[in-house]
Amino acid sequence: MTVGFIMMCHTALDRAAQVARYWATSGAPVVIHVDARVSEHDYSALGRSLADLEDVSFSRRYKCEWGTWSLVAAAQSAAEQMLDRHREVRHVYLASGSCLPLRPLSELTDYLAARPYTDFIESVTTTEVGWTVGGIDIERFTLRFPFSWKKQRRLFDRYVEFQRRVGFKRRIPHGLVPHLGSQWWCLTRQTLSAILQDPDRDLYDRYFKRVWIPDESYFQTLTRLYATSVESRSLTLTKFDFQGKPHIFYDDHLQLLRRSDCFVARKIWPKAERLYSTFLAPGNGSSVMAEPNPAKIDRLFSKSIERRTKGRPGLYMQSRFPKKDHENGKTSAPYSIFHGFSDLFENFDGWLAKYVGARVHGHLFAPERAEFAGGEEMFNGCLTDSAVLRDYNARAFLTNVIWNSRGERQCFMSSPRDNQDNNWFTATDPNAQISVISGAWALPLSRMNENFATIRREAARLQKRELDHLEILRSMYVKARVRIWSIAEFIENPMEPLQTIIDEISPRSTRRLTEAPQMVDLAGFGQFLQNLKNQGMQPLVMGDFPLDEGARQTATRRGRPYLVK
Amino acid sequence: MSVQSAWRAAYRLRLKRRQLLWRALRSRHALQVQHNQTAQIGRGDILLFASMRNEARRLPYFLQHYRQLGVRHFLIVLNDSTDESAEILRAQPDVSVWSTQRSYREARFGMDWMNWLLMRYGRRHWCLTVDADELLVYPGCDTRALPALTGWLEARGASAMAAMMLDMYPEGPLSSAHSAPGDDPTKALPLFDTQGYSWEYQPRFGNISIRGGPRKRVFFAKHPERAPHLHKVPLIKWDWRYAYVSSTHVALPRHLNGGFDLRSGLPSGVLLHSKFLDGALQRAREEKARGEHFTHRDRYNAYYDRISDDPDLSCEHSARYRGPESLIAHGLMRAGDWT
Repeated sequence: MTVGFIMMCHTALDRAAQVARYWATSGAPVVIHVDARVSEHDYSALGRSLADLEDVSFSRRYKCEWGTWSLVAAAQSAAEQMLDRHREVRHVYLASGSCLPLRPLSELTDYLAARPYTDFIESVTTTEVGWTVGGIDIERFTLRFPFSWKKQRRLFDRYVEFQRRVGFKRRIPHGLVPHLGSQWWCLTRQTLSAILQDPDRDLYDRYFKRVWIPDESYFQTLTRLYATSVESRSLTLTKFDFQGKPHIFYDDHLQLLRRSDCFVARKIWPKAERLYSTFLAPGNGSSVMAEPNPAKIDRLFSKSIERRTKGRPGLYMQSRFPKKDHENGKTSAPYSIFHGFSDLFENFDGWLAKYVGARVHGHLFAPERAEFAGGEEMFNGCLTDSAVLRDYNARAFLTNVIWNSRGERQCFMSSPRDNQDNNWFTATDPNAQISVISGAWALPLSRMNENFATIRREAARLQKRELDHLEILRSMYVKARVRIWSIAEFIENPMEPLQTIIDEISPRSTRRLTEAPQMVDLAGFGQFLQNLKNQGMQPLVMGDFPLDEGARQTATRRGRPYLVK
Repeated sequence: MSVQSAWRAAYRLRLKRRQLLWRALRSRHALQVQHNQTAQIGRGDILLFASMRNEARRLPYFLQHYRQLGVRHFLIVLNDSTDESAEILRAQPDVSVWSTQRSYREARFGMDWMNWLLMRYGRRHWCLTVDADELLVYPGCDTRALPALTGWLEARGASAMAAMMLDMYPEGPLSSAHSAPGDDPTKALPLFDTQGYSWEYQPRFGNISIRGGPRKRVFFAKHPERAPHLHKVPLIKWDWRYAYVSSTHVALPRHLNGGFDLRSGLPSGVLLHSKFLDGALQRAREEKARGEHFTHRDRYNAYYDRISDDPDLSCEHSARYRGPESLIAHGLMRAGDWT
């Protein structure tokens, strides 16, 4: 008892011949179907190359078009020929010309001999099938498909739509339960002959001729009528990519295929010389009788499909050009933005670097240059500190900084003086932690040696920018962790908010802050705000800053770091 | 955009394409056959088209690299070449050579010549159009030859593959990048920038424009909008109605330019750009004098001067080229569904 192979060929006939020879010389009869569109020259060349093998024969040729009945008709006549000519065949294996056996024939025959009445055919009901493209599953069996899906797509779609609207339904022959599955099967003589010699075969054939893609449903459905034991899986390893196209195996898949322990794989790239020479070499094969294990391959594939469909979070390149808000993660890692802190505290970045395990930059988006940590002119990934280059695409600059320093948290200062292009982006990024002391930008202005009119104009400009930013940060679309204090609120009790922010950045370190950052001299700030007011500019973002508050603050706290228990 | 203006835009591109084809057709008179072996071209062969000037040093490795990938025939235009390029090319079994003394600039930087040869010989072939200093790599190129790639693209119904040009540079000043003829130029130019590229969608031709790399970082820091474009469409299954518009950055009809779109699931490649071999200094001086290279000559004089100053483009954050896999890891190219 042995297994017989039907090979459906239309291209790369030399490879098909190589595989047919391998099977035939190992003792399995082969029936080859060659597409009628293959030229007479190529067909006879194939015949000549296999002429010395008794067990290789050619079946009646059909013109095979994808998704049509011709494929089933070709398989039927080849199967009949196989059953008639080779009495010793117990299982018939349907393969294609681009299939490659991965294990010696003896292992397959042993495997089948241990399961003499089992039909291996993927056969699932339409409700359970998850892979149909275009949403047509049960409708394959109930609609008519006179137009080619590949060549007349528009007519095809319109006609399907029309039938749906009219409510047209074909009647499924009595007793049939539509099943779908991979067209590469391995059936027993019993089941296969029962299908081919069924008294109702004409009826079934007539019905299936108008079913869409009958090669995925004809044998899959009829097997259910006769089989005693159906293993609903294909012995052939096939993979489909994201768009439903069969995956092609190349030389670099060698180890992967070997580890799959499957008997046959498709589709193989015809020029994959290493695959053909390795797997068709005599003596290839494992000594242990392993169960086919396509799951290993599945894992690898789902990984690559995931990367292809989702991309890597926060990596923006020309190769992934996501639509706005369809990104899988705007940035690759959490980061912190400190708005206004560097105006209120002296050397705030130096102080912060002591308390958090993070890279603390100055104002990354300062108008003059990007102030990278430590005054560097270059950052990871060859980012320069040039403001022009940065502002040309500020968002790309930010995502680049975050991506290039994966594994290390990035903190940077900001103020209304800086480039504001990223305000929406950061506010809607769940990775961002944004802490704002509003109104702190006015502190440097209050000490500026400049005409007051100029200062007032600058103050108005900065306040406008900050108000715009605050409006964004208070909108309903915010996904970032946002905290906002006015400067008046903040100086009341600066340590508590700082502790909260720092705990959030490094949650595992339970260090209490022992030293406060040094606040700048606030003397005269209240008066400065009053002057602005007197000149007709209303300070809106400073909170309730008392006229003499600055003087009191500095008198008690200046130069004297306080402790928090 | 209203239907009407969309239609008008499409029609303008159609006229543009026809004008390019007409120019290509006219430009055939500028080319003198030096060595025509095109009779060897067989059905389904992958062809390579290039125009070059004095590239004798790069040629041996160039030919070797592309032969190894599976290019079956080279069609090359020598423009005003004075070195031994012609002799080298004539000695090859699979190269056809044309020559011309006409202006490179007036032939739209050689693209009219390329379009003509593509129209005449490229039909129904997968055609690579590259410069002598560009070496194509793509995901898995060390195990999968070009016919595997083009076969897959064709089964997918795609007619082009996009590639990003990656400027390679040496570890020291440019003058230190010595490379003997026949050597892999990435040995002398092992470094590249992994980040700092910006991109934008350009609706007119439907392409994604990329700018960045060391040239933008160093030479165009004040005018990033003038930095050279890095996106290209070097590999196309040619049809006689197709035409390259500006260098191989953009082609017509528009659908050829969609290769970088992630949703297509197509692989993309990288053109390793070996512009900065030590000859680059000499070359920059020559090119400045010839004025054949850019549309706005005056703007780029400063650029040539900067190159002649022999700058050092490397920095501690530069990445080292270690084969196509590393480019995928940095996101500079991708395999798409071709796994």
